[in-house]
Amino acid sequence: MTRTEWLLSEEPASRRQARLGQAYRTWLALKANRLAMVGLGLVLALIAVAILAPWIAPHDPIVGGDLRTDRLLPPSWAHPMGTDDLARDILSRVIHGSRLTLMVVVLVAVIATPIGLAIGTTAGYFGGWVDTVLMRATDIFLAFPRLILALAFVAALGPGIENAIIAIALTSWPPYARLARAETLTIRDSDFINAARLQGASAPRILWGHVTPLCLSSVIVRVTLDMAGIILTAAGLGFLGLGAQPPQPEWGAMIAGGRRFIIDQWWVATMPGLAIFAVSLGFNLLGDGLRDVLDPKARK
Amino acid sequence: MAATPQIGRGRTGALSLWLWKGVRVALTVAVTFLGLLLVTFVISRYMSVDPVRGGGGAGGSQSTYDAMYRAMGLDRPVWEQFWIYLRNVLSGDLGSSFLPKRPVADDLARVFPATLELATVGILIGTLAGIPLGVVSAVKQGRAIDQIVRVLGLVGYSAPIFWLGLLGLLVFYARLGWVAGPGRIDIAYEYSFTVTTGLLLLDSAMQGAWDAFGNAFSHIILPGALLGYFSMAYISRMTRSFMLAELAQEYVTTARVKGVPEWRIVWVHALRNAAVPLVTVVALSYAGLLEGSVLTETVFAWPGLGLYLTNSLQVADMNAVLGGTLVIGAVFVALNLLSDLLYTLLDPRTRRQVRP
Repeated sequence: MTRTEWLLSEEPASRRQARLGQAYRTWLALKANRLAMVGLGLVLALIAVAILAPWIAPHDPIVGGDLRTDRLLPPSWAHPMGTDDLARDILSRVIHGSRLTLMVVVLVAVIATPIGLAIGTTAGYFGGWVDTVLMRATDIFLAFPRLILALAFVAALGPGIENAIIAIALTSWPPYARLARAETLTIRDSDFINAARLQGASAPRILWGHVTPLCLSSVIVRVTLDMAGIILTAAGLGFLGLGAQPPQPEWGAMIAGGRRFIIDQWWVATMPGLAIFAVSLGFNLLGDGLRDVLDPKARK
Repeated sequence: MAATPQIGRGRTGALSLWLWKGVRVALTVAVTFLGLLLVTFVISRYMSVDPVRGGGGAGGSQSTYDAMYRAMGLDRPVWEQFWIYLRNVLSGDLGSSFLPKRPVADDLARVFPATLELATVGILIGTLAGIPLGVVSAVKQGRAIDQIVRVLGLVGYSAPIFWLGLLGLLVFYARLGWVAGPGRIDIAYEYSFTVTTGLLLLDSAMQGAWDAFGNAFSHIILPGALLGYFSMAYISRMTRSFMLAELAQEYVTTARVKGVPEWRIVWVHALRNAAVPLVTVVALSYAGLLEGSVLTETVFAWPGLGLYLTNSLQVADMNAVLGGTLVIGAVFVALNLLSDLLYTLLDPRTRRQVRP
């Protein structure tokens, strides 16, 4: 029996085989979607560049060259993306900036997903006034446009990449909470939950052990779909001077730095923008593909 | 004989249902608005900027500090502070901005028309482009035009709006000279007509100042088109999916069998039904443009709500920031409510449920 046959077997012999087989089928469906593969490629490229940044960047991202001769040079072989007003190589800064972008995406996902899951599953499982209070709070956060609320938080917390991450996370969880609640409502009264309850399992145990795992996949898809938005919000905060502070090579802040030269030295602002565009396009394409594969309702 | 009281009961039932619905909507809005206030209050009181020092008390002696502390009511219990804040906001007092010391509410009233004008031009462009594109890509599903619209939309979802704005300025203003640069209107035209509504296009057109109108139009068209592009991405995608759902309905088949021309089926029969949920989509993107306007206004030096907010952020002027946040939040809530109401009004099915 080849490995593929084992994975695609109609009668899996073990739980592990069934699970791996399911994952393999999802992968096959995703692989057939060419645009999703382009997206996956872009996201993997981001991760690879972020990990390898110190080795593949040709110059130092913070310390520039000779200020008399190397400032605002147009793209050339020595500096494929040109240099900025402090004679720093833009390509190297873009490469190092990928680390900040990846950090923002990962940390926001790590902070916001559990908050959304906890609030959503609790509201859905208990119902009644708990549900009303939690969902009203969620709606209030949804009532602000995300960037505006993040702006207000950062304004109060003070600028900086950590505070930007906290602000974005605080404004990202409501959609996940709603989704988790909707999923919880559909499984709350199913037999296996009732069985667990009759065996005397406590509410936290049921929520954590039985409800959360079932909500996880749809929430993760939603988070993936949101990642482009997270990147754009972070870049917007950086552009307004509220995210990463100089000399950190954050892409949005780099665009703001190149704004003064946009007419004559267009590359300073254009190049980091291309990086943001490529990465958020990658997440959008991958997210769309994942949704098509994992959510049968969206399949056309 | 049994039928009469039943109809009567149905009528009163419908009426009370409507009333109940109205009360519930009003309550929801009130609670949401209270929540908005609570969020801004918490941000203003519990975050790291000391309200006294932020308010201009920095550098003063301890006694000055204490006096200001008391004057700002910070020595009272928190719930009382919130109550004072609530009362002030409801009476239209959003506090003063620090540099120059002016009531925030006045500032906001002054800058709001600029944002309203920009967002309106944006939503007009987005709707007029997005709906036809969405209809065409639904009709030609999977063909080249569908793919092009999809890619256009994806670019809209993925590109940072401030970056596209800068590139737009570079290409259309600096290189091609097709449009005017940053700002709302050139200084030469600024006093050629009286500003009454604050919407420059409307004011200048009503007074026949067509030179000024042309200048204002040339200023607004690039940021407006940019915002329009972003709402187009969303509107065309939603139009496409609504139209696909409508075109699969049986009444479309019936119309085809009767020999109704295809253009009429698509643009009259199906689009009319798809238009009901589209109203919600347009209202939501209108609200979304408020968010887009913050970054767009910064790039285009557009003297609206967004620029006011970012300028206040730069100097940590919390009253101004929170006032702006609150106004944007309130408009957002209002537009959401409006879209819900329009949906109920336009969709006969939601009406039939409550009629006897």
